[in-house]
Amino acid sequence: MTSVSELCDLCGKISDLRLSASDMFDFYFDLPLWFRLVLQGTIVILVLFPLAAACSMAERKISAWIQGRPGPNRTIPPFLAWIPGINIIRNLGLFQLAADGGKFTFKEDPVPGNVNKFYFILAPILSMIPALSTIAFVPFGAYFKTLADGTRELTPIILANTDLGLLAVFAVSSLGVYSLILAGWASNSKYPFLGGVRASAQLISYELSMTLSILPVFLWVNAPGGEGTLSLFNVVQTQSQPGFLGGMWYIFLMPLSAFIFLTALFAETNRQPFDMPESESDLVGGFHTEYGAFKWSLFFVAEYAHMIVGSGIFCLLFLGGWNPLPWVTLADTANLLGIAGIPLLMGLLGITLFLGKVGFFIFFFMWVRWTLPRFRYDQVMNLGWKKLLPLSIANLIFYAIAIAVKDLYFPNL
Amino acid sequence: MATITVERKPLSFLERTYIPNVVAGLTTTFKRMIKPTETLQYPEQRPAIPTGYRGVPTLVNDPNGREKCVSCQLCEFVCPPKAIRITPGEIANDDPNAHVEKRPKAFEIDMLRCIYCGLCQEVCPEEAIFLQNQYSMTGYTRAEMVNDKARLYELGGTLPDQHYKWDKKKSAAEAASHGGHH
Repeated sequence: MTSVSELCDLCGKISDLRLSASDMFDFYFDLPLWFRLVLQGTIVILVLFPLAAACSMAERKISAWIQGRPGPNRTIPPFLAWIPGINIIRNLGLFQLAADGGKFTFKEDPVPGNVNKFYFILAPILSMIPALSTIAFVPFGAYFKTLADGTRELTPIILANTDLGLLAVFAVSSLGVYSLILAGWASNSKYPFLGGVRASAQLISYELSMTLSILPVFLWVNAPGGEGTLSLFNVVQTQSQPGFLGGMWYIFLMPLSAFIFLTALFAETNRQPFDMPESESDLVGGFHTEYGAFKWSLFFVAEYAHMIVGSGIFCLLFLGGWNPLPWVTLADTANLLGIAGIPLLMGLLGITLFLGKVGFFIFFFMWVRWTLPRFRYDQVMNLGWKKLLPLSIANLIFYAIAIAVKDLYFPNL
Repeated sequence: MATITVERKPLSFLERTYIPNVVAGLTTTFKRMIKPTETLQYPEQRPAIPTGYRGVPTLVNDPNGREKCVSCQLCEFVCPPKAIRITPGEIANDDPNAHVEKRPKAFEIDMLRCIYCGLCQEVCPEEAIFLQNQYSMTGYTRAEMVNDKARLYELGGTLPDQHYKWDKKKSAAEAASHGGHH
C-alpha cells in the first residue's frame, strides 16, 4: 500500500531526475519494493515473450538451412525498403516474423461448435502461465553489489532468489501439461484427445528421470552439515570456485546426468523426437488440432518459452551459467576487463554470456528436430521407463556412493 | 526360391543407445546447413532451360522474315485438346511472298487448353510451329490466355532455316518458265 505522500514523493523524484547513472540507480532503488518487482517482472516477460516468438522464425530459418533453402527472406514493408543495409534484416525474416505476429493477432479466431467453450479458451491461457512464471526462479547473470561496509558480494540477477530454486521451476513447469490435457479434452475431438492423453503419459514418465538425473548435482552442491539449498544461483557459485574440481562445469563431472537431463528436457518440452502430443503425421496436430489464430500461437509461444527456460536451467546446472569458460569465472573476467565495479556492465556481460549459451541450446533443439525422425509412441514409453529411468537411478546411486567416498576419504580433493 | 530370407544382424549395444547414429545424423545436417542453398530465387534467377524443352508453342519466321506457316491446319487437326484455331487466308498476288501457297489470317492457341504435348511441332510440314523455352504463362482473364497470331510470332521470333523450301520452288518454277529441261 502506498500513501498519497509516498506518491507525491515519487513524482518529486521523477521531476528532478538527472541523467547520471548513480542517480538513476539511487532513484530506482528508492522506488517502493512492490513497484520495482512489478517493473522487473514486466521487463522479463517483455523480453521472454518476443524471444519465444522469435524462436518460431529461428526454427523456420534453421529448418530451411538444413534443407538447403534460404527460408523466409522476402517480406519487407515498402516504406522501409530505401534504408541501406536493411536487406540483412529482411533476409533474416524479421519482417516476416512481425507479419506473422500481426496475422495471428488480427485474423478471425473461430471456436468450433462442439467444444467446451470455457475450457477451450482457458487452455491456451493456462499454457502461458507456467511458461512465463518459471523464469522467475532462473538467475540470468550476476554482479558485484557493494555492501554498506564496502565489501563486494556477488549477487544474482533474478526475479525471486529463493532457496527453492529448481524445485519451484519443476513444480510450476509441470503444470504446463494441464493446458495440453485441457486443450485435448475440451476440443471434443478424437485427435486432440489422443494428443492430450499422450501428453500426460509422456510428461509424467520423463519427469521422473529428469528429477532423478539432477539429484547428483545437488548431492554434490550441498555439503553435509551445511545448509541445504536447491538454489540455481548456488549451483553456479559451486562451479565458480578456485581449484580443479571447483571450477569444473558439472557436464564434465556428471556427463550421464547431463545426458539424461537433456533427453528428458526434449520430452518435457514436447520437442522432436519426442513430440508425441503434437505428432502431426499420426494425430493431425494433436492437442492443437482445433485451435487457430492467436490461441494456437499462444501454445507455441509457451512451448518456446519452456524451451528457453529449460535450456537456461541446463546451462545453469551443467554449463556453469554465466561463466565464460570452465575454470574462468564471470568475476575473474569482470576484474580482467576492469568492469567489476560497474554493476550495469558486469550484469550485461553475465546476461550476454548466459543468453549465448541458452541460444546455442535453442539452436541445438532445432537442429535435432530437423535431423531425427519422431519415435513411435511405444518407443517413447520404452525409452522413458525401461532405459532412462533405470539409468538415472543407477546414476544417482553411483554418484551417491562416489560423493560419500570422496567426502569420507578425500575431503580435501 | 522366390523369397530370400535376409539375415538381420542384432544391433550392437552402442547402436541400441541410438547415440552414434544421432551424432552421425547431426553431422550430416550441420554440413548441409553451412553449404550454400540449392534453391533458385525465382523471379530474379531463372532456371537454365535444357535443350528439347517443350515450352509454350510459338510460330516462327524464317531468316528472310517470311512467316513459315502456310495454314495447312494439320496442327489444328492433330491437337489433342483442340487448343488451336486457324483461319486460312490467301496471299495477294502483288505480295513478295505470292509464290507461297497460303498464310493464316488468324492463328490462336488457347493456353488454357494446351497440354504442351508438342504434337503440333511434330506434325508441322513447314517447321513453322515450335515449342520453345518460355515456361510461364499468366493472365488475369481467360481472353488474355489465348495467344493470337501477333503474340505467337512475337514469342517465336526467327529461327534458322535449313531448307528454304519456297525459295527453291520459286527458282525452280522460274527456271521452268525460262525453258527448262522438260
